[in-house]
Amino acid sequence: MSDTVVHSGHAAPTSLAERPEHSSDSPLSIHAMTVAYQRKPVLWDVDYDAPANALVAVVGPNGAGKSTLIKAALGLVPRASGLVEFWGEPYKRVRDRVAYVPQRESVDWTFPVSALDVVCMGRYRRVGWLRPVGRAHKKVALECLDRVGLADLAHRQISQLSGGQQQRVFLARALAQEGDLYVMDEPFAGVDAATERAIVALLRELREAGKTAIVVHHDLQTVPEYFDHALLLNMRVVAAGPVNEVFTRENLHKTYGGKLTLLSEAAEAVARSGLKVR
Amino acid sequence: MALARPEALLIGDVLEVLTFQGGYNTNAVLVGSAMLGLAAGVVGVFALLRKRSLVADAIGHATLPGIVIAFLIAVMLGASGRSLPVLLLGAAVSAAMAVLGIFGILKYTRLREDAAIGIVLGVFFGVGVVLLSYVQRPENVTASPAGLHHFIYGQTAAMRAGDAMLMAGIALSAVVVTAVMFKELALASFNDDYARVAGFPVSLLDGLMLGLVVLVTVAGLQAVGLILVIALLIIPPVAARLWTDRLLPLMLISGGLGALSGYIGAATSALLPRAPAGSVIVLCGGGVFVLSLLIAPKHGVVAMAGRRAVQRLRIAGEHLLEAAYEHDVSRKGDTTIPARTIRAMERLWGWPIWLGPMVIAGLRRRGHLQRTSDGYELTTTGAARGARIARNHQLWEQYLQTYADVAPGHVDWSADTVEHVLSPELVAELEAALKAKGALP
Amino acid sequence: MTLTPTGDLFPLLAAVLAALCCGLLGNFLVLRRLSLMGDAMSHSVLPGLVIAFMLTGSRTAPVMFLGATLAGVATVVLVELIKRLGRVESGAAMGVVFSVLFALGVLFIERAARNTDLDANCVLHGQLESLVWWDGPASWSGVAISGLVEAAPPQIWTLTITCGLTIALVVALYKELRLAAFDPALATAQGFSATLLHYVLMIFVAGATVAAFEAVGSILVIAMLIVPAATARLLTDRLAPQLLVSVAVAIAAAAMGYMGSIAVPHAFNKPEVNAAGSMAIMLGVLLSLAAVFGPRYGVLATATRRSRMARRIELDDLLGRLYRQEEAETATVPAPRRAIKRARRRGLVAPDRLALTDDGRARAAALVRRHRLWEAYLVDRAGLAADHVHDPAENLEHLPEALPPEMGETDPHGRPIPPI
Repeated sequence: MSDTVVHSGHAAPTSLAERPEHSSDSPLSIHAMTVAYQRKPVLWDVDYDAPANALVAVVGPNGAGKSTLIKAALGLVPRASGLVEFWGEPYKRVRDRVAYVPQRESVDWTFPVSALDVVCMGRYRRVGWLRPVGRAHKKVALECLDRVGLADLAHRQISQLSGGQQQRVFLARALAQEGDLYVMDEPFAGVDAATERAIVALLRELREAGKTAIVVHHDLQTVPEYFDHALLLNMRVVAAGPVNEVFTRENLHKTYGGKLTLLSEAAEAVARSGLKVR
Repeated sequence: MALARPEALLIGDVLEVLTFQGGYNTNAVLVGSAMLGLAAGVVGVFALLRKRSLVADAIGHATLPGIVIAFLIAVMLGASGRSLPVLLLGAAVSAAMAVLGIFGILKYTRLREDAAIGIVLGVFFGVGVVLLSYVQRPENVTASPAGLHHFIYGQTAAMRAGDAMLMAGIALSAVVVTAVMFKELALASFNDDYARVAGFPVSLLDGLMLGLVVLVTVAGLQAVGLILVIALLIIPPVAARLWTDRLLPLMLISGGLGALSGYIGAATSALLPRAPAGSVIVLCGGGVFVLSLLIAPKHGVVAMAGRRAVQRLRIAGEHLLEAAYEHDVSRKGDTTIPARTIRAMERLWGWPIWLGPMVIAGLRRRGHLQRTSDGYELTTTGAARGARIARNHQLWEQYLQTYADVAPGHVDWSADTVEHVLSPELVAELEAALKAKGALP
Repeated sequence: MTLTPTGDLFPLLAAVLAALCCGLLGNFLVLRRLSLMGDAMSHSVLPGLVIAFMLTGSRTAPVMFLGATLAGVATVVLVELIKRLGRVESGAAMGVVFSVLFALGVLFIERAARNTDLDANCVLHGQLESLVWWDGPASWSGVAISGLVEAAPPQIWTLTITCGLTIALVVALYKELRLAAFDPALATAQGFSATLLHYVLMIFVAGATVAAFEAVGSILVIAMLIVPAATARLLTDRLAPQLLVSVAVAIAAAAMGYMGSIAVPHAFNKPEVNAAGSMAIMLGVLLSLAAVFGPRYGVLATATRRSRMARRIELDDLLGRLYRQEEAETATVPAPRRAIKRARRRGLVAPDRLALTDDGRARAAALVRRHRLWEAYLVDRAGLAADHVHDPAENLEHLPEALPPEMGETDPHGRPIPPI
């Protein structure tokens, strides 16, 4: 008996037949991933393939599981079920190519290190066990700090930086990892205008360089301006694809429910950016 | 104590002590220790809820310098230096200073609570050790300091009925204060900001809570010793936490477990002369905790593991049934599902190897699935169940899409039927929407 | 028995070495907010020691180390387990684990290991006195290195080896330990398993605790672990200097504590007091000094900075008010006399009447300029209402280094922005 592939877009995988392997071009493929805290599921049967060389926004309402999605994909929170692959390989084999920017609150900013020290941490994998961070690595780290506009503050202790500057230090650290995929958890949360501009410029730079960035984002309005792909998430994947295809009234409604002002603002933003709303 | 015989305990002796027939002194100590356990269990609940458990550790260790200084002062004033109330007063004063020290460090430096507790504990204890070494030299102090070191490890064998009464009295007063202030303490330990806004003097209540901890610590010095008195405050509440999620039962259970370990511990220590009472009481508490950890029906390990396994098997079974049902629908006629297809599914779902066979066995036992020559096949009841699961999931999905802003908190995919969570009207509405889309037969 | 001058050499050396390795490792505990793990470890190593002794009947270093290390690892594992299963925070979980283990240790000591020198009292304050070199040479000139090596008690060798290994660990794994302490998730993601590093650190803490057990007993180890690092934390902003300062503090406190425990009572014709406790007191003294006099984070420095800022704001407010008064030619506004006096002393306000001098006017103009620039900026760029911008601008004007971009010639209230 031959296995046939049946697709219909809901809950459990719909075919008993094995799915064709996801494309190994995709920097991040998530198959049937379920994550639960205690008994409550946070993510249910998420299937997603991130496109290569794109800026992807992960958007959805509070509690939709945006941060959980990327943390579970990186193995930082346990998955109840599901498989995650990066370029068709398990995470362990391609760690070098994935750079993660956690939320700013995840570390203690009074820790006795300088901004440059933190960025150097992004080089540790290349430095390896036991060896000290050499001059060449420090130089790369300094360049990364320069790219986020903080070269002057390299030797400041990190608690003496503003929130936005701290966020940029984290970005510089991810740059220093020289990965091909950048996974960022709310980099725009609570930052000043200068930092926001710096992050956007950086994202574009990454795209120019052929990299992919997957960014958890909370501001619907700026999605069309900053990103080319979007993943609408609300426990499940509501829609995913190029922003102009995904940002439809129906999809946004499915994701956010009846918060109309928010939706019309987002739709306006799409209109402003010259994309067509279907 | 009367029963302190070096070797060879008889069951009769044990029963005698446990049933309060071991003489007046022994009885007083047993009652006192049980009271102490009760008070510590009750007060400890608030310390645990306020995440202040280890402040109690610093408080315990910090009583040492107070005890020795009180002894020195009493001797200087010509008193015997053995008066228990005086020594306990000294202990309470230095414990209070330790609390102030911790808060001072937190307020005026950038050190965190863990470091503040460690610093105060270590330095106060260091002062105590130095003072103790001073008074233990006969050329320094004329009065004998013998007995002071009982406060370190505790010694019920040396306790007199009067001492036990004092201990019971202090413990009882702590229980009474807790009972009277229960509501306020509960509010402050649950949600301090809210309590502050609601006009409760939270710092005062905090102070009261720590005052109660000091009181219990001081009461427990003689029986348990200053190093281990923390255990009385911490183990019963943590154990009780496994039995219940509500505050009042939590306090009652915690107090009960504390009283039980105090009672058994003191009795054992009375029977075994070389068993320091503190250690024995704490080990009893430890035993109670381990037992709770295993068998508590609410959050015990056995109960939790059982529930989790059942849950996991059920979810996995539902996955398989739903998939099998859809396989049937998609391919009318040939309803056999080859074993290798199931194995492929398992891989895709990321199941560990042991899960698949167990799930299949469970489904077969319930008559949902049956074996065929080259695989498995849904039975009629299995197909019906698969259909219901598929419908449930579709309804949930529709619900998520329609009420996305409120939905995530309500969704329970594993609920047997949607109707258990959502109202029948809502389910009807969702069904209609699905039918309109042609998604529901 | 009288003591030769060299008699204190080995106890002193033991104290210093114990302080050194504990103080160094303590940095990572304090930074990871695991100070109380040191507390737990120092208590729960006891049953490890006793059980190892009871099983083997030997008190040699390797046996003791093995027992204590196992107890240390067991503590970490049990705390983790209880935290997860018992749904309590780590402090409470530690409390449960170490108090039960310590109780077990005390019970075993009392019941089984009674007839050895491992008694419950040495748990409290160590036994430095057992290291005294009773038959040492009568003067330092008679001391030869070879003689020292020969005379050194085994505890000194244990401590030396522990210290050597600890220093080697921190130097070799400096970068890894720092990363794991700062951001465990990144450490794991980069292939430096944070869990592995955590266990390595904990094994070393357990080892240091045993080594220091002889010197200071098992309770005062907590002071040795935490206080030097905490002191250094108040004085430094970088990890490497923090490590060095903590080691210096630990050594100084050990040496001063040990010598003080003999010299101070002797000065009053009293016999010496417990050395381990004295070291803990010395640590407390050093920490208090750092907390009060620390150049950046000390209480005095902070208070001075705050009052200087308050005075500057007072002065700024006076100048601003006088400037606006000149501008609008309104009636005199009241001002605190202190501020006026200070302004006159600096030649910013005329000595005879309440009016700006030229210097004062220049400074006031700069101030008012900052204020109005901020107001304009907040209305224009941040979209605040014109009647809501005075207060934020009032705060921002005192920060000369923060200047908004050029915003035109008038503020939102139509008043001119003074040119530079």
